[in-house]
Amino acid sequence: MIEARFSGRLGQFALDAAFRVPGKGITALFGPSGCGKTSVLRCVAGLSRLPGDLVVNGESWQSGRRFRPVHRRPLAYVFQEASLFPHLSVAGNLGYGRRRSRAGAERIAFDEVVGLLGIAPLLDRPVPRLSGGERQRVAIGRALLSQPELLLMDEPLSALDRISKDEILPYLERLHAGLSIPVLYVSHDMAEVERLADTLVLMEAGQVRAAGPLGEMLSDPALPLLHRPEPGAVLDGTIRCYGPHYGLSEVDIPGGRMLVPGELGPNGGRARLRIAARDVSLGRLPPDDTSILNALPARIIGGTPAGDNQMTVRLALGEAGEGTVILSRISRLSWDRLQLTPGETVITRIKAVALVDPLTLPR
Amino acid sequence: MFDATMMQAVILTLKLAGATTVLLLLVGTPLAWWLSRGRGILRDVAATLVSLPIVLPPTVLGFYLLLAMGPQSPLTALLGRSLAFSFEGLLLGSVIYSLPFVVNPIRNAFEAMGSRPMEVAATLRAHPLDAFVTVALPLASPGILTGAILGFAHTVGEFGVVLMIGGAIPGKTKVISITIFDYVETLDWARAHILAGGMLAFSFAVILAMTLIERRLSGARP
Repeated sequence: MIEARFSGRLGQFALDAAFRVPGKGITALFGPSGCGKTSVLRCVAGLSRLPGDLVVNGESWQSGRRFRPVHRRPLAYVFQEASLFPHLSVAGNLGYGRRRSRAGAERIAFDEVVGLLGIAPLLDRPVPRLSGGERQRVAIGRALLSQPELLLMDEPLSALDRISKDEILPYLERLHAGLSIPVLYVSHDMAEVERLADTLVLMEAGQVRAAGPLGEMLSDPALPLLHRPEPGAVLDGTIRCYGPHYGLSEVDIPGGRMLVPGELGPNGGRARLRIAARDVSLGRLPPDDTSILNALPARIIGGTPAGDNQMTVRLALGEAGEGTVILSRISRLSWDRLQLTPGETVITRIKAVALVDPLTLPR
Repeated sequence: MFDATMMQAVILTLKLAGATTVLLLLVGTPLAWWLSRGRGILRDVAATLVSLPIVLPPTVLGFYLLLAMGPQSPLTALLGRSLAFSFEGLLLGSVIYSLPFVVNPIRNAFEAMGSRPMEVAATLRAHPLDAFVTVALPLASPGILTGAILGFAHTVGEFGVVLMIGGAIPGKTKVISITIFDYVETLDWARAHILAGGMLAFSFAVILAMTLIERRLSGARP
């Protein structure tokens, strides 16, 4: 559990943020530019000091007047720009935090990190001769090798171009799967958040608007995420099997089973799926004559107007609504004509399911 | 032509400049670090005091130093003897006189570095002193080198302050610049030429070396 509360002024900016998130998995601090995400991260690191309290997995890092200095906090920080030491080689950068970590036994091994991030060929290279993507990978490696108990990442991809982003995202996903360190991840890019985060802290104008599991936050009508132009639901499923004949994988999701194109990974592996609201239509009768592969029963939770003539409908998968919440965007005419009401079980027809995470995560 | 008097002056000058440079690096580096971190009236006043010798006529500085080394001064009382007309007095004067030429380049290098490298080091468990030695000093090394060269060269070329507080005691305070002045006064132009020419060549070599070093370092780092 990470419990944080910071309140005060940093220059012109007033921050009053409090949140409590699980001490494992990736927690995204999400919000528009200038909402205070980075300030919160810096306060957690101890790089900025504001009045408040901070407890990380049972250890108090800040409380009242007690303030543990940065170098005595077992954390690692990946900055927006890689900020490698230019006077050291790649190996020197990787070794800097590693040598100074207090951990007796190395929980995160050098070879593991170098393999995970693909930086073995770079080890002897001087820092100025690295590309942007390579630099950021080395920075992430340097952070991990300091054996942190909490990893802080401040928009580590935002300074990179599309190609470098696509080069690093899979490494972050592998990291998520392979290491058990909690991560606080600052981002203003919802696609990144949907891909990586388990928990979401939504920030607005220096305050925390809401915090909770990603799926719940995406479908909460009180939050702006549901009212995005292209809302969607993110589901974590388990791969059952792959049928090579039709090239489809069966994936178990809470409240149902889906067919997803492509071989997603080993049986039993995890896969994160995204279902866009506009790809889900609703009906009462079971579709026996349709090209749509995925038709699942779901219980309506409620509908929210989206613009003048559309509705965003929230549904819980499963006959009794026991599963994950997904979203459906339908016309207001259909909503009125079908007289859909909360509590009613309908059939969802899901036109497309996208795999968010191309790498499957072993349990 | 190059006689023992000249040799003595050259050795004394190099000794003085060398000792001054070492002292200046020891004092100037922490001072430059403090000046480069943050703002405030105290820092502004300190920075002004450090830079004062750039504009102050050496005779003015020398005059006040002479007073400070006088028989009634607290410094003399503290040390039990006067520093006037001694090598140690000259050393003290040189350190103050050359201070801005060492502190300012180092301070600029620390400021150019920004706060990020030290923050990174702290998040990698480096104690502030550890981070200073392993990150700040190497990153500021071009500035430190420039400061050392400038401090050394400036001390070698010092004249007014030496004249005021040191006089011209051979082997103790009679440095090259004073020796040249003596030769010119006694119309020994041939000897004056040797030392003056040597200084000219030395100064040229120093500036050229600095230019080359700076280009080399800035070429190696983006």
